[in-house]
Amino acid sequence: MGEPGFRPDGTWVGADVPRREDPRLLAGRGRFVDDITLPRMLHAAFVRSTEAHARVTAVDLSEVREVPGVVAAFDAADLGLADITALLDRPAEEFTPTSMPVLARDKVRYVGEPLAVVVATDPYAAEDGVEAAVVEYDPLDPVVTEAAALAAAGTPVHDEAPGNVLVDVSLFATEGIDEVFAAASASAGDVVVTVEANTGRQNALPLETRGVVADWDDRDEQLLVRTCTQVPHQVRTVLARCAGLDEKQVRVTVPDMGGGFGQKCVVGREEIAAAAAARRLRRPVKWIEDRREALTASFLAREQHYTARAAFSADGRILALDTDVVCDMGAYSCYPFTAGIEPLMASAEMPGVYRVPAYRVRGRAVTTNKAPTAPYRGVSRPQYVMVMERLMERAARELGLDAVEVRRRNVITEFPYRGINNVTYDPGSYLESLDLCEQVLRDEGWLSRSGRDRDGRMIGIGFSCFSERTGYGSGAFAQRKMQVVPGFDISQITMDLDGTVTVTTGTLSHGQSHETTFAQIVADRLGIGYDKVKIVQGDTDRITYGWGSFASRSVTIGGSAAAAASVKLGDQLRSIAAHLAGVDIDSTRLDGRGGVRAGDHTYPFAELADVAYLRAHLLPKDVGPGLTATASFDVGGDGTFSNATHGCVVALDPGTGGVEILRYVCVEDCGVAIHPRVVEGQARGGIAQGIAGALFEQVTYDELGQPLAPSFMEYKVPTAAEIPDVRIEHLETPCAFTADGAKGAGEGGTIGAPAAVLNAVNDALRHTGVELDATPIPRAAIFAALSLEEAS
Amino acid sequence: MTDVALVELHVNGERHDLAIPPRRTLADVLRHDLGLTGTHVGCEHGICGACTVLVDGAPARACLLFAIQVENAEIRTVESLADPDGGLSDLQQCFSEHHGLQCGFCTPGFLMLAEGYLAEEPEATREEIREVVASNLCRCTGYQTITDAIDDCASRRRAALQAALDTAPEPTAGSTA
Repeated sequence: MGEPGFRPDGTWVGADVPRREDPRLLAGRGRFVDDITLPRMLHAAFVRSTEAHARVTAVDLSEVREVPGVVAAFDAADLGLADITALLDRPAEEFTPTSMPVLARDKVRYVGEPLAVVVATDPYAAEDGVEAAVVEYDPLDPVVTEAAALAAAGTPVHDEAPGNVLVDVSLFATEGIDEVFAAASASAGDVVVTVEANTGRQNALPLETRGVVADWDDRDEQLLVRTCTQVPHQVRTVLARCAGLDEKQVRVTVPDMGGGFGQKCVVGREEIAAAAAARRLRRPVKWIEDRREALTASFLAREQHYTARAAFSADGRILALDTDVVCDMGAYSCYPFTAGIEPLMASAEMPGVYRVPAYRVRGRAVTTNKAPTAPYRGVSRPQYVMVMERLMERAARELGLDAVEVRRRNVITEFPYRGINNVTYDPGSYLESLDLCEQVLRDEGWLSRSGRDRDGRMIGIGFSCFSERTGYGSGAFAQRKMQVVPGFDISQITMDLDGTVTVTTGTLSHGQSHETTFAQIVADRLGIGYDKVKIVQGDTDRITYGWGSFASRSVTIGGSAAAAASVKLGDQLRSIAAHLAGVDIDSTRLDGRGGVRAGDHTYPFAELADVAYLRAHLLPKDVGPGLTATASFDVGGDGTFSNATHGCVVALDPGTGGVEILRYVCVEDCGVAIHPRVVEGQARGGIAQGIAGALFEQVTYDELGQPLAPSFMEYKVPTAAEIPDVRIEHLETPCAFTADGAKGAGEGGTIGAPAAVLNAVNDALRHTGVELDATPIPRAAIFAALSLEEAS
Repeated sequence: MTDVALVELHVNGERHDLAIPPRRTLADVLRHDLGLTGTHVGCEHGICGACTVLVDGAPARACLLFAIQVENAEIRTVESLADPDGGLSDLQQCFSEHHGLQCGFCTPGFLMLAEGYLAEEPEATREEIREVVASNLCRCTGYQTITDAIDDCASRRRAALQAALDTAPEPTAGSTA
């Protein structure tokens, strides 16, 4: 054992240290937004549309205001807030701007759309008040499906977009691609395979629903908004604009957060309305979304339709890829990402881990009368990876080749690789992860198991290979042409008198363990215990500016900024020590034990801090008082790529069509793992969400646009009975430009699972000739396929 | 709905006298009247189990109970698990060691579920524990490490019990061993 707080081997990065977050969360002493209670606090509830598509002819809140306990009720006209608008810098033929009102005014566009906010002395009374609202509608034909949207027969969802298309981009279109397809069709040995795939609408479903506690502070002349968001600075900006406040008049803080998964990385309407009500009433207002609202009126994702074809040579090499993807984005464009979030991600990234020499894609976002779409863990990648992996499987079948071998012949093996999608891939372990995943399943004896098990169930094995671009810097996001371009992160570090440090980050943990992992990164830079590092996140008054946490960006970008700030602080400490010891700074070094070695002297940090703060007259002339440093980090190039191969073994029950996952193996490479157990946790949790999308979860609507899954009875979230144990193997291809060689690890698990599960199901159905290309995989279709076989 | 009922609750060994509307759920009373915010509310319809507490030792959904229904019961919440000085219980320690929590929102429900279950079934196998873990929802972990944590805690408790028995000086009176 070394001294307390120091690691014998000198590095915190890579160690499974105890999580700093755990003690409070385990003891029930976390502080989530609904745990906050303020004096004279009021509670908000929303009057929501019962129609999917209608003109609103009257909103009458007079009865609401008579309900005992109700203090106020506001509709759109009462609050007079500006709309939320997210834009792309794209020409009119590619992008149609639309706005989302905070409260609907003359028109509603989905069931659950907020029309008015009721504020009462307790949440029960607020709900009583909602019951008393009278809203009159002039119904319009709802646009519920992608087909109806594209048919554009009735009143469009937005007048600005008569064809119900908000984004329509055609990209890449490699010269000669049509000739490649024609030649492959004409050739005896080559093949052209097609996949038409649909993926179901899903809810990211953080277990903590959205919520806010807002309070106007007369002393600070500031609206203090405590809300569970992944993007506090973006909430500040939008709230300030909607309410006509200066940015400094809004402070957004984020307490402990019960998950987000993307649903909370856009700005919601309710937190704006509740904050506006708090300002109006000069009393704290709390709004906590209930589960029905979360399932029907929150942000959704993933409803996509692919028509893809690919040409393959006789020896299984992909020659060309041509895809049309239509994403059903629901009623509104989300801030800051816009309705382009899904189609632009799919279009830019679809070739994935494969060497695709010719590529063409058309990506569209259609608008429908359903709750709007936000990013959800993986954003389009679970979907296009599934389509790519189906194309691989189908080509292998038609060519009579082994599907793993076809992948092996197509994965990128030489890096850096410049893709047909104009993206440069940094080194990864695409082939190695595929080989290892297959090897693990072979060693476990699964590859020799096929056909029926002892219970008469059909066994199938499926693989998926993918990479995930993480570390999107400003340059990479700018290619999407968002008017608001995320990317960088800024970190500030301050050392106190006792030699401990506080570090700010613009990223925001909501389960990812940043209080631990960022502390590890900083501790290594300064040579102090990770328990001597306090991480400050989620406070717009304490952090210059930040982009929050999404797209697996936190450790790669935020961690690198924190590391850079730490190095700067270390240099300051060395300057002071050099001056005190009368030596050159080059003769100093951090001693790895909380001090600076300068010549023959060792100066503990506390001693140097004492000089910096209490005896500043001893400082060198070129070093100012205090010990603080700020650094930013951005990624100049195309980002970095994590990668993985997933392998899945399923058993299909011919009696029910049910799918049981017998084995799940994940070989992942996220570069250097700061905290391997945290990485495994991210992978397992992500895989569970991917399996949920593959087999269980779907947000459904009837023909009038009424939501059919308003509770957990209908929206089937898998439990421990459905989610298998996952074996995880690590490979490590360090990133060359992040602080510790880390890539991102937050989303990968979710990305690979739908493809692996679907391929395994299709493998088990191989003898029936049936191939399924939809998620959630319809159990009835499995049952029917197996019944046909039984009957024959 | 201005009716108010006088309700006497026994929570974590303390008595509380409350004047509350009869429609107030146990979850809301624990969280907002008693300030025991460790019990979380995830769905308010009895599926997710984030609000699981012990009612007379048995796991129950606090969102599906009115406080007035459990007047004569002993209620235990997650706040009862750690030592008064903050030291984590063996079960809590196992959750930390196995990374059985990420965001921590579902965690109190799983802890109370496991606390009630292991008291009833100290010999539970990992498969039986997994079935019980399927009572609640977690969106972060994929359940594997929650199952591992509870299984490990059960093993440690059995080992501790065995060690205590092995070192006991004399068989206790009435022992049938």
